[in-house]
Amino acid sequence: MTVQHDASVYEQIQSSDQFQELRRRYRSWAFPMTVAFLVWYLLYVVLSGFARGFMGTKLFGNINVALVFGVLQFVSTFLIAWAYSRHAAAKLDPLADELRNEAEGKAQ
Amino acid sequence: MKHETLSTILFVVFVAGTLAITYWASRNTRSAADYYAGGRSFSGVQNGLAIGGDYMSAASFLGIAGIIALSGYDGFLYSIGFLVAWLVALLLVAELMRNSGKYTMADVLAFRMSPRPVRTAAGVSTIVVSIFYLLAQMVGAGALVGLLLGVTSSSGKVWTIIAVGLLMIIYVVFGGMKGTTWVQIVKAVMLMVGAALVTLLVLGKYGFNLSGLLGDAAAQSGKGANFLAPGLKYGTAAQGTWGKIDLISLGLALVLGTAGLPHVLIRFYTVPTARDARKSVLWGIGIIGVFYLLTLVLGFGAAALVGHSNIDKSGNTAAPLLAGEVGRQIFGDVGGTVLLAIIAAVAFATILAVVAGLTLASSSSFAHDLYAHVFKRGEATERQEIVVARVAAFVIGAVAIALSIFAQSLNVAFLVSLAFAVAASGNLPAILYSLFWKRFNTAGAVSAIYGGLISALILVIFSPVVSGAETAMFPDVDFHFLPLSNPGIFSIPIGFLCGYLGTVLSKEYNAAKYAEIEVRSLTGLGAEQAGTH
Repeated sequence: MTVQHDASVYEQIQSSDQFQELRRRYRSWAFPMTVAFLVWYLLYVVLSGFARGFMGTKLFGNINVALVFGVLQFVSTFLIAWAYSRHAAAKLDPLADELRNEAEGKAQ
Repeated sequence: MKHETLSTILFVVFVAGTLAITYWASRNTRSAADYYAGGRSFSGVQNGLAIGGDYMSAASFLGIAGIIALSGYDGFLYSIGFLVAWLVALLLVAELMRNSGKYTMADVLAFRMSPRPVRTAAGVSTIVVSIFYLLAQMVGAGALVGLLLGVTSSSGKVWTIIAVGLLMIIYVVFGGMKGTTWVQIVKAVMLMVGAALVTLLVLGKYGFNLSGLLGDAAAQSGKGANFLAPGLKYGTAAQGTWGKIDLISLGLALVLGTAGLPHVLIRFYTVPTARDARKSVLWGIGIIGVFYLLTLVLGFGAAALVGHSNIDKSGNTAAPLLAGEVGRQIFGDVGGTVLLAIIAAVAFATILAVVAGLTLASSSSFAHDLYAHVFKRGEATERQEIVVARVAAFVIGAVAIALSIFAQSLNVAFLVSLAFAVAASGNLPAILYSLFWKRFNTAGAVSAIYGGLISALILVIFSPVVSGAETAMFPDVDFHFLPLSNPGIFSIPIGFLCGYLGTVLSKEYNAAKYAEIEVRSLTGLGAEQAGTH
């Protein structure tokens, strides 16, 4: 069942170097990446609204820029999701486990 | 045998199967964690499938294929917003919510705030968003059955809405999160298999030459190369610059709304750990992404092989008719009948699974947030809470049935994008500030939710989707004065701004509780554990 921890325990952990490192690793990856994919997506939407000649340019056969751009949004979404899971498994999970195990060990 | 008969038989088999699941789930639902969160015992893969089942509504399956079939490329644009949105959920919300919440969205928002005002706001927002979404789905179900089963009488449509409503009430009241999740898993598998089958047949017909398919679709549409480029539905030449801004507004609501939809958020609680929540979103992204790529082929396939003059004006029949047509061309009349029946049955399954998820989200929030924490000030027993949740599911279901019958002749398709806009404007700012901003407080949370919700609603009430246009909800009156159909471009910044101003204008904040939510959300320390049976 859920173990209750004193607020002070959380404040201690929060101020520890290890937690600050975990927080930095999480935020420095997730925040810029969020900005990046939102900008990339908005670029696509804005071009779909305001640059229709460009989006309608045929590249090969009946495949035009709009279709390729749209499919690239799928590709970038899959790649970012995959990259995040790699980053989290390698850089976040071990540190989070260490912090949690340490705190749970102290509580017992 | 006619396809209507076969569709009905297949659908009855689906209903019988899901009712059996519901019966099993009801016998295994004892605690509040069982009812609200399926005992937190689903695996990442299972929950990933359920995420797909919850999210791939009739609006996205039939609707997007239909928009592509009728208006070409713009339908694809819609689906991309729906997909990219999952990155917000993956990177910023899913794991942190799993670690710091319990049953509802408000658990995270109220974590370090004064609980009553915040839970009231979150409960109101949850119920409003879910009911909007629910209405669009149920009214769509009535129309769809009319088209697919040849039920044209208005009493037939009313009975369809009542039947869909009763089934969803049964799933939720008896099956809780366990039953509902399994219904969504079954539906997701059926939908993926059905969509993949028809896609393969369409591509096979064109010798796997996508360019050939697109060329045929463009030629059949009568619009030529324009059919393959954006601009035939959103921000058309006739709408001018405001139409293009409207398109961007829609895009913003789609990409930011998903991570604020209550029925999406409670999915993260059904798995044992934050890592499983991450895994389930990864699976969800894979399933949903592949599915939208399939609908691209289905939509253009319908334009090429069925032709827009044979598709109803909402486009909802495009995918089922395509299944019938491609089946007939490849396997003869019997093949066509069977495929059409299968896809029609899948469409009904899709509607049922989605409305069940919405009813569960809203009734859970009513019981856990409004009843247990606001009315009873946290003094309710677990047993009382579950009873109230079940009664609420019944009442919300009944209200949704009544409203849907009233709204069946109105054009309410816009309610889906409105639900996304409200979620992006009110819920998302409150969630992000709660998780990442130390100074955030009660006044900020309440201001963000109400500010986003109310501004989105006001902007829509005075927009052309409610009055003053042929396609409006009330086409005979005109009190609109705003040019935008989608409020997001204004209401999302308003929601974030309200949250900011509400926070800085109030001195209150709780640094110790912020330490707790930050440490909990990132490390999983003290997170709710999976039930042990």
